[in-house]
Amino acid sequence: MAELLRYRDDETVDHPAVTVDAFLDQSNANAVRIEPGDDARDLLPHLERVALVEVNFPAFGDGRGYSSARILREAGYDGELRAVGDVLVDQLAYMRRCGFDAFEPDQQLDKDDVQAAFDRWPDVYQSAADDRTPIWTKRHA
Amino acid sequence: MYQYDQYDQAMVDARVEEFRDQARRRLEGKLTEAQFTPLRLKNGLYLQLHAYMLRVAIPYGTLDSRQMHALADIADKYDRGYGHFTTRQNIQYNWIKLEEAADILADLAKVEMHAIQTSGNCIRNISSDHFAGAAADELVDPRPYAEILRQWSSFHPEFNYLPRKFKIAVIASDTDRAAMRLHDIGIQIVQNDAGELGAAFYVGGGMGRTPMIAPCINPFVPLDQLVTYSEACLRVYNRYGRRDNKFKARIKILVHELGAEEYTRQVEEEFAHLLEQGVEPPFAELERIRTFFEDPLFEAGASSDIDRSDPDFALWVDRNTVAHKADGYVSAVISLKPVGGIPGDATAEQMHLMADLAKDYSFDELRVMHTQNIVLPHVRAADLHALWTALDVAGLGAPNLDTVEDIIACPGLDYCSLANARSIPVAQRISERFAKTGKTETLGQLKLKISGCINACGHHHAGHIGILGVDRKGVENYQLLLGGSEAEDVSLAKITGPGFDEHGIVDAVETVTTVYEREREDGERFLDTYRRIGMNPFKEALYG
Amino acid sequence: MRLLTGNDLKTGAVTWWTGSDWSIHVEDAADVTGSEDETARREEAARRVNAPYAIDAEMQDGVPRPTHIKERIRTLGPTVRPDLTLKPAEPDLGNWVI
Repeated sequence: MAELLRYRDDETVDHPAVTVDAFLDQSNANAVRIEPGDDARDLLPHLERVALVEVNFPAFGDGRGYSSARILREAGYDGELRAVGDVLVDQLAYMRRCGFDAFEPDQQLDKDDVQAAFDRWPDVYQSAADDRTPIWTKRHA
Repeated sequence: MYQYDQYDQAMVDARVEEFRDQARRRLEGKLTEAQFTPLRLKNGLYLQLHAYMLRVAIPYGTLDSRQMHALADIADKYDRGYGHFTTRQNIQYNWIKLEEAADILADLAKVEMHAIQTSGNCIRNISSDHFAGAAADELVDPRPYAEILRQWSSFHPEFNYLPRKFKIAVIASDTDRAAMRLHDIGIQIVQNDAGELGAAFYVGGGMGRTPMIAPCINPFVPLDQLVTYSEACLRVYNRYGRRDNKFKARIKILVHELGAEEYTRQVEEEFAHLLEQGVEPPFAELERIRTFFEDPLFEAGASSDIDRSDPDFALWVDRNTVAHKADGYVSAVISLKPVGGIPGDATAEQMHLMADLAKDYSFDELRVMHTQNIVLPHVRAADLHALWTALDVAGLGAPNLDTVEDIIACPGLDYCSLANARSIPVAQRISERFAKTGKTETLGQLKLKISGCINACGHHHAGHIGILGVDRKGVENYQLLLGGSEAEDVSLAKITGPGFDEHGIVDAVETVTTVYEREREDGERFLDTYRRIGMNPFKEALYG
Repeated sequence: MRLLTGNDLKTGAVTWWTGSDWSIHVEDAADVTGSEDETARREEAARRVNAPYAIDAEMQDGVPRPTHIKERIRTLGPTVRPDLTLKPAEPDLGNWVI
């Protein structure tokens, strides 16, 4: 397991993340792991007790986790949102825009490449789960 | 025409440097081929039979002379002096080196062009009506809506790892020149009873191994909700499109399996949610984009008179020019289908010439048709003879728009690593046969489309006559289909029966045209006759 | 016989394993029966080739001829542009391909 990349100031949650089913059964769990086939909206009634959501990417080409992340952020979830699994450096900027603020990739990422990925885009075209102002809004500000 | 501002330019420039870095990491071994493949595909770079292939986007098929000159220069500098215009209004180069690809992208960026998302499991280049802004029958110019969707879909963070590729077409007239209902999303700009503009959404069409015609899921989305509605369509697909089987991963399968009604219900639910999220661009942005697509300064009172004393010229005018909304103007089609030629190919010299002619005669604008021809959209009738003369000298004057010689053909087994059979030689032999028998003109509109495999890049499902190349025990074999259409009378072609070898298929095409000539009633196209009399007379003639 | 083929990583050119190196000419290709997987793995890892795979071929007039038409087209170039094939001066090679 590679080093955790985390872009938050609060304390890391040290409870292990449980499956969505287990989370819904256990009223004391505060960390949950979403698999690609899970419906992130199942968590929405319980967001007040969640401190960590892990979104698993078993294969980098399966992009369902991007929608899961945005759905949670759109619902107001402000705890840690961690992408885990086959997380590659060229996906980080997209993930960040969808609301992920922590990354736990299977393979260690090169620190310079990570920084380059986050510094790459001068602007963004569209709204997402981050607070960047889209180009089309800037044009008419 | 749309022009980049500093934001667009900075984004495209950043993308070039991103790809330069990705290619470097691949060459240094920091990326495996499996990791690199989706990255290069999202920059249009394929590994094909003989080399890398680069597909460059021509957004909604519109380009100016400076851009066409740049495409020609790339063909000379990095390729072998030619390019291939595709059925999605793009251009492909066949002999590209990975180590030069980033330099090509940099050259493209200098003329406001790119290869962003021309492949891969993401939202592809937005295509549109090649007569947009010129057609006599259009409601409005559809390209501003295509442009706003281009911006929305470029680098979309949620939709870059979709189950499969995603193609959108936007039109704004009842005549469909963009195969709108054979796209993942087809949008028609329409007007409601109150005179307001909106977008009709057709979702779940496509060709490939499971061809489907998109059903209308919403007849009127207000234009200030266009992006939000698109986002809802995509989110439902990204979450629930099949990922267990690549061949069932397109949105058409999702819409088919859920049923259009249930898919629509899910989209509407997501749409209601997204409306509260404020993802829609400010309406002023659409107004800003529209200003780029205002009419050029057409000459008032331009004469529609054409001197038809030269019969070759008169034939070309009749065949290759189309009614324009401004008096005294036409849209002129430059055929990239010379008899015996390679459909859609143009040499660098031809590209330079077309660019110069666009500058001289068409307000500096060109279009790429999905039928792999080029349009000069705004030509004065008075200039047609000079235009035709210049084209004819360069081998670009074939008078065969929408005839049996105007064949769509994918690159096929001559270039493509997915193909099962060659497409181009079949197209060449068919156009030669009909040119020789002299029947091209009398057969009238006859759309013939050839694919070299079931992925259907050559649109064989949508041909009045379609041909599908298959591999039969290592030998090329060609199935014949009849009755398809990509236009507003959209339909899917049906297979006639057992396939033919590469010579037999040419004879077979001639045979079915003979049946048409025998059976047709006044004013009927081949397609009309087929629809009236059905498959059987054609089968009897083919298989006796 | 079996031939190992792939594309050059940098240029994309079709290449053939000669037993000790890669060549763009099928005449140089060596029979890799028995060693194809190991060679492919090693050469791809060293980035001397991209996406290598083994194909069937038979010897004909002293030159290996791939069994499948697709590989024969790969060997020389597009049949519709003889001027762009590896051997533009030999028009009869169309018969070798088809």
